[in-house]
This record gives sequence, structure tokens and C-alpha cells, in this order.
Amino acid sequence: MAKILLEMKNITKTFPGVKALDNVNLKVEEGEIHALVGENGAGKSTLMNVLSGIYPYGTYEGDIIYNGETCKFNTIKDSEGKGIVIIHQELALVPEMSIGENMYLGNERGSKSRIDWDTTYVEADKYLKMVGLSESSKVLVKEIGTGKQQLVEIAKALAKNAKLLILDEPTSSLNEEDSKALLDLMLGFKKQGMTMIIITHKLNEVSYVADKITVVRDGSTIETIDNAGHNIDEDRIIKGMVGREITNRFPKRENVKIGEINMEVSGWTVHHPLYPERVVVDNVSMNVRKGEVVGIYGLMGAGRTELAMSIFGQSYGILTAGSLKINGQEVKLKKTPTDAIKHKIAYVTEDRKGNGLVLSQSIKVNTSLANLDSLASKTVIDKDKEYLVAEDYREKLKIKTPSVEQLVGNLSGGNQQKVLLAKWMFTEPDILILDEPTRGIDVGAKYEIYCIINDLAAAGKSVIMISSELPEVLAMSDRIYIMNAAKIVGEMKASEATQENIMAAILKSGRGD
Amino acid sequence: MSNNAALNFVKKNTMIIALVAVIILFSVTTSGKILLPQNINNLISQNGYVFVLATGMLLCILTGGNIDLSVGSVVCFTGGIGAILMSRGVPMIAAVLVMLAVGLAVGMFQGFWIAWISVPPFIATLAGMYAFRGLSNVVLGGYSVGINNTAFLRVFGGGAECYIPDFLHGSSLNLTCMAVGIITAALFVILSLRGHAVRNKKGIGSGNALGNMAKLVVICALIVWITYKLAQYKGIPSVLVWIALILLLYGYITGNTAIGRYFYAVGGNEKATRLSGVNTKLVYFIAYANMGLLAGFAGILAVARGGHAEPTYGQGYEMDAIAACFIGGASAYGGVGKITGVIIGAALMGVINQGMSIMGISANYQSAVKGIVLLVAVLVDVLSKKEKA
Repeated sequence: MAKILLEMKNITKTFPGVKALDNVNLKVEEGEIHALVGENGAGKSTLMNVLSGIYPYGTYEGDIIYNGETCKFNTIKDSEGKGIVIIHQELALVPEMSIGENMYLGNERGSKSRIDWDTTYVEADKYLKMVGLSESSKVLVKEIGTGKQQLVEIAKALAKNAKLLILDEPTSSLNEEDSKALLDLMLGFKKQGMTMIIITHKLNEVSYVADKITVVRDGSTIETIDNAGHNIDEDRIIKGMVGREITNRFPKRENVKIGEINMEVSGWTVHHPLYPERVVVDNVSMNVRKGEVVGIYGLMGAGRTELAMSIFGQSYGILTAGSLKINGQEVKLKKTPTDAIKHKIAYVTEDRKGNGLVLSQSIKVNTSLANLDSLASKTVIDKDKEYLVAEDYREKLKIKTPSVEQLVGNLSGGNQQKVLLAKWMFTEPDILILDEPTRGIDVGAKYEIYCIINDLAAAGKSVIMISSELPEVLAMSDRIYIMNAAKIVGEMKASEATQENIMAAILKSGRGD
Repeated sequence: MSNNAALNFVKKNTMIIALVAVIILFSVTTSGKILLPQNINNLISQNGYVFVLATGMLLCILTGGNIDLSVGSVVCFTGGIGAILMSRGVPMIAAVLVMLAVGLAVGMFQGFWIAWISVPPFIATLAGMYAFRGLSNVVLGGYSVGINNTAFLRVFGGGAECYIPDFLHGSSLNLTCMAVGIITAALFVILSLRGHAVRNKKGIGSGNALGNMAKLVVICALIVWITYKLAQYKGIPSVLVWIALILLLYGYITGNTAIGRYFYAVGGNEKATRLSGVNTKLVYFIAYANMGLLAGFAGILAVARGGHAEPTYGQGYEMDAIAACFIGGASAYGGVGKITGVIIGAALMGVINQGMSIMGISANYQSAVKGIVLLVAVLVDVLSKKEKA
């Protein structure tokens, strides 16, 4: 048995009113990739924050034994000094600075009074090569894509002489190709003797890369599973994560009654708002019927969000060609979401914190925001009615909260997503465009969102579901469009679709970028 | 648990507690002088402009921590125009309308650049601060211009006769003032209780009944106490009527109307608000146009109180308004803040000014203390948020 590099013993961490970690134990061997899995809020990130000194020694109970000695970290600097480096889920790079400047930010080369730029860039280039980037370290971070930015983060960690690398959801904003490359890079580092902890939601990644898997639930470690053979039982992990048997990850569709075409776009072409020569949606034609769930599958950057937002009152890009028919009638929407809402279209954004919700306001205020007019006579809001509406949706969508006066910022991701859905359901749309409706939320909440989608379709609404999760698209849709490089490259009935023929459609269309 | 509740109470009402503490402190250090009827009267008359400007500033700050630096200059500009007009015999109503219109026009001008051309508010209004200060000088020709339109002075609160006359002819106590106070308190009680009854009927919980009751009692007692103090002096200063009207109106707008809601929404998340079908540019425009209008109104109050207009009027008023908002709990990032907070913030600054003046502390120290109070107020806000996260 290899040497234990890190042992976290009986870690307990309490926040006012909440026990975030309860007697957690974690053992990581030298040279292994250890995966931490668990639902949102299970305590994975808290555990890593304890380890890296973000929560300093004394604010938690228990011991951290690293490399044979008990550690008392007070700051991130302390833990980094020992070679424990954490890469957070949200990229922490300054877009306007060069790659090199970013890599040595807070860790500058040279003396106190002068930064040695030559050394900085030479060393930065060396680490960039190690992570497989050919860019010069003088390039500005904003000029490279998200996938490469993630690699820069890793290079930055290497520059700190990392011995234990912690990656918190490293692939959450990457497409499948970039994700694969990143995971392979991790395997490469492992060969060179690096120890890594990866936090992730994606079980296929865990299975691919991890040697051991520790399941965390409600602040406790449930079990550690050996994954030497890389053939784990996904159901066992899910069961550990949610604490119950998931017999069915997707609810059954009932009352499927597909009616007439409700909305149809043809020849839809959209150009980038800042670089008008770039085509982001290229001659797309598609339709959705009443009572139908249409899935749009595509990787990130395929133009799915751009398509959806341009239909929604041209809230993205410049529309240069194409027509939109609603209920058989051609309509020309004005360049504002207001007009789209009037025509009973709702767009539920993929970016619920950025584009969807006002986090500093209550559930009630968020629920009514897109349809205040229906609650107001001559602009005066009927606040009692507003309360009852919000309360109604809270019950219908099972939003877990003591009161609709609760600030949305205090809710979990799954509940925030439900508030966002409530907001758009309250506009009483006929056509709902759901952009990644289950991104970043846990298994239980996902199931409930799927139920809501099914109910909407059963009520005769048209649902367009954009997703980059293949199993979800396959299980939920009646019909699937496949999008790649700004084009629709395939359309198939759900009954005929498989993972293989969808991926084949993308590959056949050739990779554009 | 009760410990927790107490802590929560303190957190929610930090600034009210601070206000009470400061009043008690000054009552001791001035041996009760600060609570004399005349001083309470002065507190209201002297700070009328802060209440009015801070109300407008709150809307700007709500849209995302945006401020309007030009209001001091605009106060001077509109006041100057009014003084010149009245000195040339223009009737009061016409002069007042012109002053309001000029204020609104200035606000719309600045709002246009901010909302539709995306000039940062700080810069657009900094430009306005210079420009309208200069134009005030031009309008006034560099001189102080007196106002002898007595009707104007009485209505907007200048000189000795700017009080609501005592129709009931009380001897030592202004009975009209007392009656207004009691009626206001009674109306307040009736409206609140009716609201609760309606909500209970509809099955909407109205929160902690005991807490609501306590709040009601405290507010009524405060109204009656202030009017009692004022009644012992000369009655209701006319400026108080204007302040009350504006605070009530804007309290209603921010709390109960769709446009009021949009100020909060834009400040909380502009993109989400735009995608909800709200014309966010119009929201910015309205915030600044309204600020101009209220600056025009503050200009009226300022020259009426002074009895004349001069080119240095209104200097630093913008900062008083901004400080009142932040002390009153408005977020520097936008989306959070209430009119009640503005009242508390403006009152706190007024009490500090007055208390130190009575104690005979120099104006320089007063400014320093105000600065510290502002910092502490924001600090409390920041720290209490940090704990939550």
C-alpha cells in the first residue's frame, strides 16, 4: 500500500445554525486521483476550503495530517506553501491581463521592488507547454476560450509547485472534447507522481479518471469506493449521494398528445453582435408542436443559446434573415423581449444568476417580475395578489423555502431554478424555451424539474429544451434537433435516436470552430 | 433562540438604534437642549433639502449604486432662476413651475446621456456639477439676489411666518398642530389594521402580530410626540408638509408600483430585468429625470429658507443626500434600500449636526464626525452581510 499523503480526521465545521461537515474522514494516497462526489451542498467544497486554509485552523474541529505532519493552515498561502493548490470551479483569472501575469498574480517573480518580466514569461511558457498549450504567455486571457483558460488555471497551480492538486468541478464549463483533454492531462500528471483530488458531478468522468471515490452526503462521508478497475456501479454511487434508490432518473411522459405546429422558424440567420462578420446561427429551420417537447442537443458554443435568444425578441445578435411563424401566422417581433412575451414566448436562461434572477430580491418579487402588468392596475401593484401567486407557484413547483419573502440569493441552485421556471410560467406562455434547465442542480431537483416539463407539455404547451446532457435529451424529448457549429445538422424522433447516431451526426457535419 | 431573535432585531434595526443612541447622547451632553421644541423645529427646517434630495438619490442608487453629483449645482441653478424671475415680478406659481421644469429638464438631459448613450453616471453628473455651477453664476451675475415675494417664502418655509396658522387658536399650544398629529396617527392605525384584516381574510400571514403591534405603537407615539413638540413652538413648519408629502409619495412609488419595483430589479440584476421585458434604459432615464425634478424642488426650498439665492448655494448637498441614503441602509451596489432608511439616515445626520452645533463644536469637527458615521454605517452593513455568506 502506497503512502498516505493526506488524511483528514474527524473534520467538523459548523456555520451559524448549520453543521456543514460532520465528522468527515478522508484519506488520499500519494500518486492517486481521488474523486469526491456528492450533491450540491453536500459539503465537498467546504471540506476543500478547510483543507486549503480558506477556513483557518481553529474554525473547525478535527485534524489535517499532510505528509506525516499535522497542519494548522491559517491562509491559502500556508497551504500553498506545502504544495496544496486548489483550482476553484469559477475561473479566477483577470481577463485584461496576460496569461503570464495571471499565472504569477500574487506570486510575482523578481524582487519586491521590481517584477522580473523575462523570468515570468519564460517560466510561464514552460508550464503552459506542460499543460499542452501552445499559446504564448503574453497573450491576454480574454483572447483564449474557456477550455484553454481552465488549462491556464492548471498551469498556474503547477507554477506554485503543487504536490496535491484539488480541482473543483474543472469541466463544468467545458465542452466534451475539452473535458476529455483535461481528464487525459490529469492522467498524464498522475504518471509523473502528482496526487489529485477532483470534485465533480459527472459520474462518467469519475469512472474514467479516479482511482478511489469518496461519496459525501449531508456533510458526512458515506463510503469510499475503489475504482482501480474503472468499472464502477453508477447506481451505487447515486444511491450513496441521494440516500435512496433512484429507480428512475427520468419521469415517464403521460398524456402525450401532440398537436399542430405552434412555432416555426425558417432560414433563421444571426450574426454576432460585436463581430458582425461572424455567423452564430446559420440558416436554421425548426418547428415545435403543441404538447411536444423538442430537444436541441449540441455542445457549448454550437449556437443553441444564440438561436434561442435571437428568437426571444432578438435579445442576442443581429438577425439578418429568416422568418418566424407562430400558430401559422408570420410575425415580426420587435427587438425587445417585451414583444416576445406578448406573443406568449418564454425563454428560461441557462445562466440563472447572470440573466435570470434578481438574487437580492425575494421569491415573490422574482416570480412576478416578467408579468407585473397582470398584477397591476394603472401601475399600482396588488401586493396581496402577488403574494398569493408566488405562494401558488411555491406549492406547485415544490420550492423548498419557509416563505416566498425569502431572498432568492439564499436558495440552493435547484430551488433557484424552480423560481426561474415559476417566473416564466407566470407569464402564461404557449412556447417555452428552456436553456439547460438542469445545469448545476442535484439529482433530486432534476427529477422534479423533469416532472414540471412533462406537466407543461401535457397541458398543451410547446417546450424546447436545450441541453448538452445526452441522456437528458434522449429521455425527455419527443423529437431532437442536433446542432453543431451554428447549424442544425440532424433531426430525429426520440424513438430513433441513440447516443451513437447523435454523435455521428455531429461528427459527420465536421467540426467547425 | 430568544438570544438569536434579539440579535436579529439589532441587525435589522441597527440604524434606528444608532439614531436613538445619538439622540440620548446629545440629550445628555446638551442637558436636554436638543429636545427643546425650537430645536426640533429647526432640525426639520434646516434639513428639508436633505430629505428631498436623498429621496431622489435613493432611486439613482437603487439602479446600481449610481449617484448624481450634479444636484448641489442644480439646486443653485434652479433657485437662482427662481430668484431672478421673482425679483422681476413674475408671480409665485409661474416661478415655481419654471423652477420645477428647469430641474426636470436638467435631469432629463443627464438621464439621456446615461440611459441611451451609456455615459457612466458618475461622469455625466460630474459634468453637470461643473456646468450648472457655472451657469448659476451666469444667471445670478455673480451676486446674491434677494426674494421679497412673501407668499413664496411662507408657502415654502422661509422667515418667521412659514408655519401652518393655528385655526383653532390654542393659547400656549398650537391646537391645529396637535390635531393634525393625532389625526395622522389615527389614520395610520386605521389603515394598518385594515390592511392586516384584509390580508388575514385572504389567508396571507402578516408576520409577527406582536412585533407589528409594537411597531405601530412606536410610530404613533413618535408622530404625536413630534407634533406635540412643534405645537409648543410655532406649529407645523410649512416645509414639513412638503417633506411629508414627498416621502409619502415616493414611499408609495417604491413600495407599491411597477416602476418602483423596476428600480430595485434593475439594480439587482439588469440583464435579468431586461430579459423579463422591462425597458431598463427607461428606468435609468426616469431615475435621473426624477432626480432633476426633486433637485429643482430642493432649490425652491433652499432659496425660500435663505430668503435669497447666491452662487455658492447647494455646495455639498449632493454628498449629504448620498450619505443619507447609505447611512439609511441603501446598498452601494444597488437593488437594496428604502425610503424609511432615507428618513433615518437624513435624521441621523441632522441630529449630529444640530447636537454638535448646540454644544458649540466647530463645523470642521462636525464634518469629520459625519464622515466617521458614514463609514461606520456602511461597515455595519458590509460586516452583517459577510456573516451571512
